[in-house]
Order: sequence, then structure tokens, then C-alpha cells
Amino acid sequence: MKKMVLIVLLVMMTVGLLFVSGCGRASDYIGQVHIYCFGDYFDPDLIYSFEDETRIQVVLDTFDTNEELYPVVKNRTVDYDLICCSDYMVCKLMKEGLLDKVDKEKLSNYKYMDEKALKMLQNIDKNNDYEVPHTWGTYGIIYNPTMIDGPMPKSWDDLWDARFKNQIIMTDSLRESFMVALMRGGYSLNSKDLDELSYARDELLKQKELVYKYSNDSTRDLMIGGAAALGVITSGEVLYAQECNEDLEYVIPEEGSELWTDCWAITSYAKEKDYAYKFLDYMLRPENAYKNFEYLTYAIPNTGMYELMDEEERNSDIVFPSDKQLKKCQVLENLDNKTNKIYSQFWKEVKGK
Amino acid sequence: MYKHRGFALPFIIMIIIGTLVPLCSIVFYGFTDDTGNFTIENFLAMFSEEHIKALIFSVLLALISTFICLILAYPLGLILRKSKLGKSGFVIFIFVLPMWMNFLLRTMAWQVILERNGLLDHFCQFLNIPFVEIINTPFAVVLGMVYDFLPFMILPIYNVLKSMDEGLIEASYDLGAGKFTTLRKVILPLSVPGIISGITMVFVPSLTTFVISNMLGGGKINLIGNIIEQEFTVSANWNLGSGLSFVMMILIVVSMVIFTKLDEDGEVNLL
Repeated sequence: MKKMVLIVLLVMMTVGLLFVSGCGRASDYIGQVHIYCFGDYFDPDLIYSFEDETRIQVVLDTFDTNEELYPVVKNRTVDYDLICCSDYMVCKLMKEGLLDKVDKEKLSNYKYMDEKALKMLQNIDKNNDYEVPHTWGTYGIIYNPTMIDGPMPKSWDDLWDARFKNQIIMTDSLRESFMVALMRGGYSLNSKDLDELSYARDELLKQKELVYKYSNDSTRDLMIGGAAALGVITSGEVLYAQECNEDLEYVIPEEGSELWTDCWAITSYAKEKDYAYKFLDYMLRPENAYKNFEYLTYAIPNTGMYELMDEEERNSDIVFPSDKQLKKCQVLENLDNKTNKIYSQFWKEVKGK
Repeated sequence: MYKHRGFALPFIIMIIIGTLVPLCSIVFYGFTDDTGNFTIENFLAMFSEEHIKALIFSVLLALISTFICLILAYPLGLILRKSKLGKSGFVIFIFVLPMWMNFLLRTMAWQVILERNGLLDHFCQFLNIPFVEIINTPFAVVLGMVYDFLPFMILPIYNVLKSMDEGLIEASYDLGAGKFTTLRKVILPLSVPGIISGITMVFVPSLTTFVISNMLGGGKINLIGNIIEQEFTVSANWNLGSGLSFVMMILIVVSMVIFTKLDEDGEVNLL
């Protein structure tokens, strides 16, 4: 799905560029800013309005997974000024000296940043020096009450319930799948303990018989279509899913969950830092944050934006999990190489059975 | 001839960029670890339990789909050889027509058809017949492989059967051979080159696919292609991914050599 949108986007951008150059305005650009971001992760209209306003041309490249971004940034395949990736990847890049401290003085709209989002990140970056949150959310269970007899799911343990045989959609992502199994066992989602990880692997192997499908992007569409009764999903996808299928409900399991934040960061080798700051500041403007929220339906930690939301959006506990729920949530940390290898090895064993 | 060497330039550039450079990078990454030191571990990793299991499973699925393609394509070739429609190439055109559409889209279409609450499910409900759910199982993956790669089997077999000398077959009948004996002793041995190239063209992509198993296997079918893909996109371990790809390349080259050898010796006896 994302790829399709991406292609459409690319075509639109090309057409847009032709249009702009057709009007003889291309030469008006005062410079370029190179951005590397998850595919389709902000409202594309903002690119045009930014270019109109600042005369800075945006060169946008996209990727699907953090692991695709890493070698590109590390080997400087392209010199990107501004990147957007997940919290744990920020942490990894930061430790390897590939990021620059964000000078908050240069961001006039940084005052709108929701303190809560910053606080969640302080585990991995104590003073929030290196990142500016873009979107955030939780992982949880999306379910279709019309397809379930008996009690509704409320804990990760329900994903091992035999009555949901062939009705469960699990994430097809290494860390998130282990998160589910580790949290269910009462362990940290950043566990490095071999016994705990072996437990998680064995449980995931047991669960495999019940799983209908391992998927990431298509979970939402499968749930909308009623192909399965419950699935692991990120909160950002839920609002859209509910718009298409009113039956669907979302719950953050009682054991707690993963809280993720996708952040902007400036590379240490950025050539056009000032332009990057300008773009970042533009994104932080409350009305632009609201545009992104409407476009993505992912929660955006921007207090100025909260004012612009309507009643229903402001009261959504999917966008705004309660403090009690947040307290139980943890942030993914970047793991050392050795542990990473154990995770991949165990995940392979799960997938290969 | 010599002075036209300039014409070869685009191809030389293509070979360098498209074959030599990627091949060298794979060898380079395959022989180093994440710190850049020399190692052969990435190649030996193929023999670890999960990788061998995935490889055996991939070979099995690829063999099954190749076999199904063969028994679908060969009779079709025999029928088309005789019929008027076949001679005009119209039926072949129909079979090749889906290839004009993107391969990913066609596989995605199968996903929509086979999915629970999908097209086939609704159709079965409409006719009141039970719906057999094969999505996210190896059957769906084999179905996808057969559908996607069948044209590659049909074309070479059809071509070799079409261009077969009719006189040889008549001679066989004149010498008293029945229909079956003629098929076995004359037509089949003569069509071996087409069969061999059909088998290679179906077996190799089936063996290395990761898209079909991803889309129709629901993430539960782990073929060797999926493992290699995940080393690049999920584990960010280019070294292991390259090592495994290199071993796969060697295996494929070896099997191709064996296939062509059989072809030359004409030792293949499929019945």
C-alpha cells in the first residue's frame, strides 16, 4: 500500500516540479534541503507550501524500515540534512556520532512540544539533545467484537488463547513480536537475558499455530475486511481503521506495551543545517502539525495542535493514552550487536518452523 | 568485424554496472564481517539448521511447482502443435498475456482472491459450497509460483514442439510405432532442449522467490529468499545476506551445469 502511495506521490512531485519549472520559478530557489523520511509520513502539501514560503527546494527520499536507513546514513550514500526515523535508531545513530545536537534556539515553535513525549525519550537521550519528536503512539490489540464470543481481549495473554485459533494477526517485525512475548511474561521489552529471550522464542513458537498471518502494513486492511478477529497494531492506524469499520476496538494490554516515537534528527554532516531547521520549524507549527495529524491519523505531540482539534479527537484515548497506561509503557532501546544477533537468530527460528 | 567494436560499448558498460560490480560487492560483503575483517562464516552459515531447513523447503516447493508447470505445459504444447489455433499462436498469446501486467500486481490479486472474506470466499458462499482456505499455507505459495512462472515453461516447450520435423513423426508411424511409442521414442527425446530450458526458467525463480512467499504465505512460509531478504531489510546484516546469496548462486550454477550436461548427453528419459 505504502509503495503505491509512494509511486503516486513521486508522480505528483514530478508533475509539480514540471509545473513549477514551467512557470519559470525553478531558478528562484535559494537552495535545497535533503530529507530522508519514512514513506508517506507527512502531508505532501506541506512540501509545496514550504517551498512557496521559503523558496527552499525540498528533496525528499523515503524508506520502509529503520534498518534500510541505517547503512545509507552510516555510509553517507547521500548527504542528507534532515532524517526522520524511530527512537531506537536515533539512539544508535547518536551513539555512533552521526547526529548533530538540535539547537532548540533555532526552532521558534519548539515551545509547542508536548513534554510527555520528550520525557518518554529521556531513557535513551537524557536531555533530548538529538531528536525532535514527529509522531508517537503505542502498540496494542485491535479487535472486532462481532467476531468474538466470550470476553474481549485485554491482555497480551489473549494472543495465546486457543479460541482465537487462526484468527490472530501478529506483527511481522522482530522487535515488536518479541515485545509482545516478553511483556506477556512480565519482562522488559529490552531484555538482554538469554533465558528470558529463550522463553519469548518458545512462546512465539507455540503461538504460531494460532496465527492467521504475520503482517505489518496490511493488518489494518485485513481487520477492516473482517479477515481476522484480532491483531497487533500501532495506535496510529486505529483511527483510520475505525472510520472504515465502526465495529473495531483498540486496547492497550494490561501488562503494558511499547511506546514508540518517530523523530526528526539532523545529521552531523548536514550541509544545509539552516534550511533543515527551517523545515523542522515549519513542521512544528500547530496548523501544520494538525494537517499531518489529519493526513496520517498518527498522534503528534504538539500542544498547539491540541487546541485546533475538535472535541472528539481531543477525547480519543487512542490518540491520548492515559497517564496510567503510559506509565506501564516502555521505549525500545537500541541493543548491542551481540544481543541483536540473538534476536535475529531466535526470530529466524520462529519464522522457520 | 573488428572495426565495429564500438557497438559493444553499451553492453560492456551494462555488464560492468549490472553484473560485475554487484557480483564483486556480494563477494566483498560475503567474505567480511561487520568490522571489515576477513571471514568465511557467512558462507558456512548456510549449513546452520534454520538455513538448511529453509533451503530444503524452498527446493521442495520449487520442485513441486516446476513439476506442475511441466505437466500442464507439455500436453498443452502437444495439443497446440496440431491445432489450427495453436499454429496461429493465438492460444500462446492468451497464455502470455498476463505477463504484460506487473508480476507484483498479479500476486497481489491472488491475495485478494484467496483471502478470508475475499473474492473466492464470497463466491463459494454464493454457490453454497465449502471454501477451502489455502491462503497463508504452502499450497497458496505453490499456486502463486505456478501461476507466475507457467508462461516460462509453455513458451520453450511450444517452440520446440512447433518446429519439430513432421517427417520424423510420420516415419515413426510408418515403421509401425503406435501413438504412445511415437510420443515416447520420438517426440519426447526431440523436445528435451525445450523441457530443459523450461525447467530452468521455472525452477530458478521459484527457488529464490521471496515476494510470492511473503504475499501468499502470510509470513509463515520462510523460504531461503525470505531469509536473505530479511538479512538486508530487518537485521541490517549485509555480510550474512551476501554470503548466503553467494552460496545460492553457486548452487544454481551447479544445477544449471548438470541440466545442460543432461541435455547434451541426451540421457534424459522422463518416462
